[in-house]
Amino acid sequence: MAIWLDENSRVVVQGITGSEGTKHTKRMLAAGTNVVAGVNPRKVGQQVEGVPVFGSVADAIEQAGANVSVIFVPPKFTKDAAIEAIDAAIPLAVVITEGVPVHDTTEFWAYCQSKGTTRIIGPNCPGIASPGLSNAGIIPADITPGGRIGLVSKSGTLTYQMMYELREFGFSTCVGIGGDPVIGTTHIDALDAFQADPGTDAIVMIGEIGGDAEERAAAHIEAHVTKPVVGYVAGFTAPEGKTMGHAGAIVSGSSGTAQAKKEALEKAGVRVGKTPSETARLMADIMRSL
Amino acid sequence: MDLFEYQAKKLFAEHGVPVPTGKTATTPEEARAIATELGGKVVVKAQVKAGGRGKAGGVKVADGPDDAFAKATAILGMDIKGHTVHSVLVEEASNIAEEYYASFLLDRANRTFLAMASREGGMEIEEVAATNPDALARIAIDPLTGVDAAKAREIAVAAKLPESALDGAAELLAKLWTVFVKSDATLVEVNPLILTADGRVVALDGKVSLDENADFRHPENAAFVDVSAVDPLEQKAKEKGLNYVKLEGEVGIIGNGAGLVMSTLDVVTYAGEEFGGKRPANFLDIGGGASAEVMANGLSIILGDPSVKSVFVNIFGGITSCDAVANGIVQALKIVGDVTTPLVVRLDGNNAEEGRRILSEANLPVVKPVDTMDGAAKLAAELAAAAA
Repeated sequence: MAIWLDENSRVVVQGITGSEGTKHTKRMLAAGTNVVAGVNPRKVGQQVEGVPVFGSVADAIEQAGANVSVIFVPPKFTKDAAIEAIDAAIPLAVVITEGVPVHDTTEFWAYCQSKGTTRIIGPNCPGIASPGLSNAGIIPADITPGGRIGLVSKSGTLTYQMMYELREFGFSTCVGIGGDPVIGTTHIDALDAFQADPGTDAIVMIGEIGGDAEERAAAHIEAHVTKPVVGYVAGFTAPEGKTMGHAGAIVSGSSGTAQAKKEALEKAGVRVGKTPSETARLMADIMRSL
Repeated sequence: MDLFEYQAKKLFAEHGVPVPTGKTATTPEEARAIATELGGKVVVKAQVKAGGRGKAGGVKVADGPDDAFAKATAILGMDIKGHTVHSVLVEEASNIAEEYYASFLLDRANRTFLAMASREGGMEIEEVAATNPDALARIAIDPLTGVDAAKAREIAVAAKLPESALDGAAELLAKLWTVFVKSDATLVEVNPLILTADGRVVALDGKVSLDENADFRHPENAAFVDVSAVDPLEQKAKEKGLNYVKLEGEVGIIGNGAGLVMSTLDVVTYAGEEFGGKRPANFLDIGGGASAEVMANGLSIILGDPSVKSVFVNIFGGITSCDAVANGIVQALKIVGDVTTPLVVRLDGNNAEEGRRILSEANLPVVKPVDTMDGAAKLAAELAAAAA
């Protein structure tokens, strides 16, 4: 079992003819993902890695049965690509692109909300993987087999690290929600889905400095999540006012600190590891005790 | 990127937001010349990116050119909250009847835009929010419809501005929204927004933060960069396309992925506590690729920092494989040449075994492979302490 992405997912790649799009289409196919279509209006009828290219997301849905879009287009075209996916009412759109202006994201997010038919993951994220079933994005497919841990994270490499350290247990689904200040799917959305998923026994939640998403997630866990949750927060020693790699990773004044996030999570009964390895050990203990 | 007041006001003026006439000066002589040109009373304002300039003595009214010279002499070179004053804005003095507050900002938590406005201006808005929350109107702005004349008036009314200021404020707010959108700002703030004795509504101060992700459609923003405040190592890294932040410690850090590097800073800080408080010297994310060239660029930046006593290279092979990274490190050391600073290397994930084998066969005395992140952090801190 898995959330949002499984063996029935049929992936369309927006930007399939670009270098990143082509490279990761190949990787997704190698991971066993049903990549059924690509989109580029100027290259309709061509094939990339054996995948047919369509003129629009709507065509890819109609003619190839696509139900998940992965967006690899450059930042200046990302808003239009997302709006195209939303207009086509695709159920899931995964925006991998890093460097999207926050005004663009805020606009297409508002548009997405007004339509109410598409779930957006990202932008600036590694995507979503349900190991052994399907892989939509750039998460390496061979780190871990399928299993019963769910993972939701703002960070790509820390996601891979956690998958690796817990590979003996395996994962139902790993969701990289991205490090931008405005993102579609949140920690809370993923927590709710994992709570409802019979294939997930426990949840790892990775956060980082900036915003208050972790504090909100903590309040949500306290009220709605009964499955065990282990947390990790990166950036305890980050200086105030400096953006640490991710556009959203910034401590502003006294808000957005790792310490406040950790305290909120612990207050909600989440065990928070001091390092990624300690976090993995906490989860391993839980999995062994279940 | 945060702008100086004079830069914010330049953006305001370009979009028709009324601001007092003025110019910047970097010497008292220039301040005198500007005051002569403006005539009458002027205000001399320190240009630093910090709040509380007035309280710190960085804003002074001058009676005329000679007084402007004297006030500029006093203000230039001042230290305000750790910021040295390199320039002052000299502008016509305004006849203030009332002071208000207005801003548009990205509301990160609610994933939308927000207007904030208040009758209470001229003081820290956090203070108004804390002591008199009813006086601060917060109105969510739909990103799809924005702020038209009607919405602007709604904001002014919600802020309980007096009837006499409503028209002027609404007009200013609509233009300020244009600044917010057209500049790709995450914040435009006017504090105080004033009503003058002759009934005009004017932006007496301005604060703007711009989204650097939108720089590609704002080539003009390059002129806003404060070159004097940019750390030379950060500048060099930026030119090489590296994501680098200079920090205060002794352990140089290179890693792949922003989250992993942030985590590495934390783990090194914890490990450093045992060794007299050794801390990370920088944040450097070399991204997914980690080619020899990127590794060499990263290493040369880090080794160019005289406070670095040891380096921790922390790589998790996800998309990239560790053998490629190991080859990158070996070649990077050849490119940089003459490296004596110890390099603690942790490779894990994709092809880690092969990567470790390449490093051990290269037989480089400065390279110290360690299998775990926690163990590597400890060794890097220990080596930094030993070198001190």
